[in-house]
Amino acid sequence: MRLFRLFSRKKSKSIAKERLKVLLISDRVDCSPEMMEMIKNDLIRVISKYLEIDEKETDIQIKQSVAKNQKCGGASLFAKIPIKTVRGQPASPR
Amino acid sequence: MSEVIVITSGKGGVGKTTTTANLGAGLAKLGKKTVLIDTDIGLRNLDVVLGLENRIVYHLVDVIEGNCRIKQALIKDKRYNNLFLLPSAQTRDKTAVNPQQMKELIRQLKEEFDYVLLDCPAGIEQGFQNAIAGAGRAIVVTTPEVSAVRDADRVIGLLEAMGMERCDLIINRLRVDMIRRGDMMSVEDVVDILGIDLIGAVPDDENIVISTNQGEPVVGNHTKAGQAFYNICERILGQDVPLMDLTAKRSFFVRFTGLLRRS
Repeated sequence: MRLFRLFSRKKSKSIAKERLKVLLISDRVDCSPEMMEMIKNDLIRVISKYLEIDEKETDIQIKQSVAKNQKCGGASLFAKIPIKTVRGQPASPR
Repeated sequence: MSEVIVITSGKGGVGKTTTTANLGAGLAKLGKKTVLIDTDIGLRNLDVVLGLENRIVYHLVDVIEGNCRIKQALIKDKRYNNLFLLPSAQTRDKTAVNPQQMKELIRQLKEEFDYVLLDCPAGIEQGFQNAIAGAGRAIVVTTPEVSAVRDADRVIGLLEAMGMERCDLIINRLRVDMIRRGDMMSVEDVVDILGIDLIGAVPDDENIVISTNQGEPVVGNHTKAGQAFYNICERILGQDVPLMDLTAKRSFFVRFTGLLRRS
C-alpha cells in the first residue's frame, strides 16, 4: 500500500509551483481575483466587437517577463483569447 | 571603478548574512578591496558570522552621527588583507539612519574600495530602504520554498520600481536529493518563476553551520558551498563561470582514492 501511495502521490514541488504562480499574480500588481475577472470581461467585450471569440477558453494572466531592455524582471499581462471567426470587416472610409 | 551591491531577500533566515560574509571574503581573496556594511541596526549579525565581534569599537550609527571618522569604525579582517567590516549598532533602531545619510556614507566609501557590499535586514521597511538607497546593483537571495520565493518576488518588484539597474538571483540551500525526488523546486523552477538572471546556486551544506560556529567564511575551501560562493564572486567580477553541477555524484574512483587518502 505504501508503495502504491508513493507512486500516486503528486510531487510536492508541483504543488509549490502551482501555488506560487497563483499567489504571485495577485502580489505583482496588487490586483484581486475579482479585478482580474473584470479586466477579462472588459477585454472580451471589446474584442467581441471585431472578432468572434471563445469566451469560455479565454484566460488572462500576469507573468514576470524578462524584457531585453530591462535588467530586472517586469510584470506583463498575457491574454489567451481563442478566435472562432473573423466578423465581416467594416468598409474603410476613403 | 567601484561597485555597490546590496544583498537582500525580503524573508528572513534565507542566508543573506552568510552570503554577504562569503561574497565579501571571496572578493577580497580575488584581490578586490572590499568593505561589508551591516545595515541591520538593532540586530547585528555579520560581525559574528565573520568572527569579528570582539573587535568592535565604533559602529555605523557612530559614523553617521559623526561620533567618529569612518576609518575608526572599520574593522580590518586579519585573514583577508582586503576585507573590512563596518558593523551595525546593537542598541539603536532603524530610525537612527536615513537613506540620504547612507548615500553620503557610501559615496565616501566608494573612493576607497573596489566593492561595497550591504547586508540588508529582512523586511521591506525603513531598514530595507536605507540599505538599497546607495546601491547600484542588487543580489536577491532566496531558498526554494514558497514563502521565500514569494518575498523575493515582492522585493524584486520594489527594486525595479526604484530603478535598480541590475538584480541577480542566488538560490540558497538547494537539496539535490529532494529535487531528484520531486519534493523541492529546482534552480530552473525558481528562475522560471522569478524571471531575473541567476548569478549562483548554493547547495544546502552542513559546513555552513560549522563555519558559522567558528566565525570563518567557507568561500574558496573544499566544501560545495565554499566553491559555489567562490564561483559567484568570479561572476560578480564578470567572469563566465559555468554553474556547478550540484547533482554530480562522486564517482567510485574518487570516493575510493578519498578513502585511501584518509587512512
